[in-house]
Amino acid sequence: MKILKTLLVTAAVSVAMMATAQAETKKIALVVKALGIGFFEAANKGAQEAAKELGDVEVIYTGPTTTTAEGQIEVINSLIAQKVDAIAVSANDTNALVPALKKAMDRGIKVISWDSGVAPEGRSMHLNPSSNPLIGNMIIKLAADNLPDGGDVAVLSATATSTNQNVWIEEMTKVLPNYKGINVVATVYGDDLADKSYRETQGLIQSHPNLKAIIAPTSVGIVAAAQAVTDAGKVGQINVTGLGLPSEMAGHVKSGASKSFAIWNPIDLGYSATMIAYDLIGGAEAKPGAELKMGRMGTVKLDDKNEGAMADPFIYDAKNVEEFAKIF
Amino acid sequence: MAETQMVARHIPDRLEGRGARLVKSWETLLVAVALAIFLVNSFASPYFLDPWNLSDATFNFTEKAMIAFAMALVIISGEIDLSVASIIALTSTAMGYAVQLGFDTPALVMVGLATGLLCGAFNGLLVTGLGLPSIVVTIGTMSLFRGLSFVILGDKAFTGYPESFSWFGQGYVWWVFSFELCLFVVLAVIYGVVLHRTSFGRTIYAIGNNQTAALFSGVRVGRVKFVLFLLTGLMAAIASICLTARLGSTRPSIAMGWELEVVTMVVLGGVNILGGSGTIPGVVLAALIMGMVTFGFGLLNVPGIVMSIFIGLLLISVIALPILYRRFRGRRSH
Repeated sequence: MKILKTLLVTAAVSVAMMATAQAETKKIALVVKALGIGFFEAANKGAQEAAKELGDVEVIYTGPTTTTAEGQIEVINSLIAQKVDAIAVSANDTNALVPALKKAMDRGIKVISWDSGVAPEGRSMHLNPSSNPLIGNMIIKLAADNLPDGGDVAVLSATATSTNQNVWIEEMTKVLPNYKGINVVATVYGDDLADKSYRETQGLIQSHPNLKAIIAPTSVGIVAAAQAVTDAGKVGQINVTGLGLPSEMAGHVKSGASKSFAIWNPIDLGYSATMIAYDLIGGAEAKPGAELKMGRMGTVKLDDKNEGAMADPFIYDAKNVEEFAKIF
Repeated sequence: MAETQMVARHIPDRLEGRGARLVKSWETLLVAVALAIFLVNSFASPYFLDPWNLSDATFNFTEKAMIAFAMALVIISGEIDLSVASIIALTSTAMGYAVQLGFDTPALVMVGLATGLLCGAFNGLLVTGLGLPSIVVTIGTMSLFRGLSFVILGDKAFTGYPESFSWFGQGYVWWVFSFELCLFVVLAVIYGVVLHRTSFGRTIYAIGNNQTAALFSGVRVGRVKFVLFLLTGLMAAIASICLTARLGSTRPSIAMGWELEVVTMVVLGGVNILGGSGTIPGVVLAALIMGMVTFGFGLLNVPGIVMSIFIGLLLISVIALPILYRRFRGRRSH
């Protein structure tokens, strides 16, 4: 008992010192789906960068240990109790967090969601990492940048009914005339299965001998396609690009099967969320049409649902993929 | 001869007086720990002593504690129920499904309670009917019940609960006293009375101490155990109603991992994991301690994993210290 008491007292003294260390600064809480996930640790890095730049901001990086809504509500309740100035949350459940976040807003706390959104009544705005037109443009740009003289490209998508991929391909087709000499010769579906995507890629290689690039806007497809191109000995002839995860693609970028690909940058996302929260604390209002400041990332314009897109997907190539492969 | 038989030798019904027993009891130790944590929290964070903050903090433990009451009874009887968190998930899924069919609040509550009771009855039948070990049965049903709600929901969520339903998880009876907190108090009293003041309560201790002896004394062991599993099912359903109402949505991952937190609460409350002893006041205190630790650490933004480590250490030390103390004293007296 005595030992326990001594321990508790020491703990109390040390935490009391921690508590008094910061005062007068604005407290912005970055609430993530769960602690210990590389993607969110990277977002925290961005948030800390924003805090350093702003000077009078303390970022509280927190979240539950498992990706549950109950865990996030406990965290949010304790943030409300601490009277933080803003909460920026990547939600485990679109609806379950609404009552807790409403309470936060009632008590004067600015609430935004980022990455994974909260239903509109539970936040003042949502920050998407990118938007469909930006993604559609990016995937064809990645292919075209490496084909100055034009050439045949093919698309390896997920399933024929995947909403995301279909919208992106549609947006890509819209901007296709801007890229002279680029012909999309085929669109095939790998159903987001590694083996089917691999076989579909083999089919593309055989039926289109002049194929110069494969665009796979799916993280499963892009890896399978890169593998198929490598196995067919076509590295250097066919460039695989699209949307993928740095940790899965690092090897293929190194081998040359993929010159570059894109995905959101979690560091920028955490940075921007913090900047937006700061802007709202400073008096900016989140309403349709409003433009909120994001520091080095520029501004974000809100649509009629109070949602905004941060930026183009971030490009990963031989120069930076190794660094990000450690993160996610 | 006749005379010697008449002289009754005085056999004390207690080895120690009431006062001495109270001082040395587990509950006193827990009260001391709870007070210490309360004091530490009050000093550590300026936000701790605020009625609304404390009220918000009660949601950290009320639902788990409701299940812990029934779990305490099951563990005292020498069994265990590890499927409670999965019963929450399945019950919540059933209620979410009922909402899609257009059911209203009273009907939703009935659906919830019925699902919980069915789950409890299923566990009870397997344990008492087939005589299977409860730890094996409930590890199985733990996967089964949550598996079912994964099959029904996949990666989707049921939402759209009626406004009146949300009162169970978000409503306040008076001032800062939420419905959940009041329900927790009422249930604590009911379980306290049932366990400590009724013959049913005595039979639970009897079964936990010596099942065979209880059986030969005319206790219907199977039936009592069946009722206890029904009770955990029912309490999981009540917790599920509160939790679902609080969240306003159902996902198959709801209440993931709660079974261990509930068991921790019960064991921290002084219930012997091997059965036979334990009290409801102990469980209430353990619930308060765990709630305060979680909230206090949350106020200081201590990462959740550090919190789990602390709860683990607390559990081990609270259990080990009295044993070490007794050993130490025993060695000295010999």
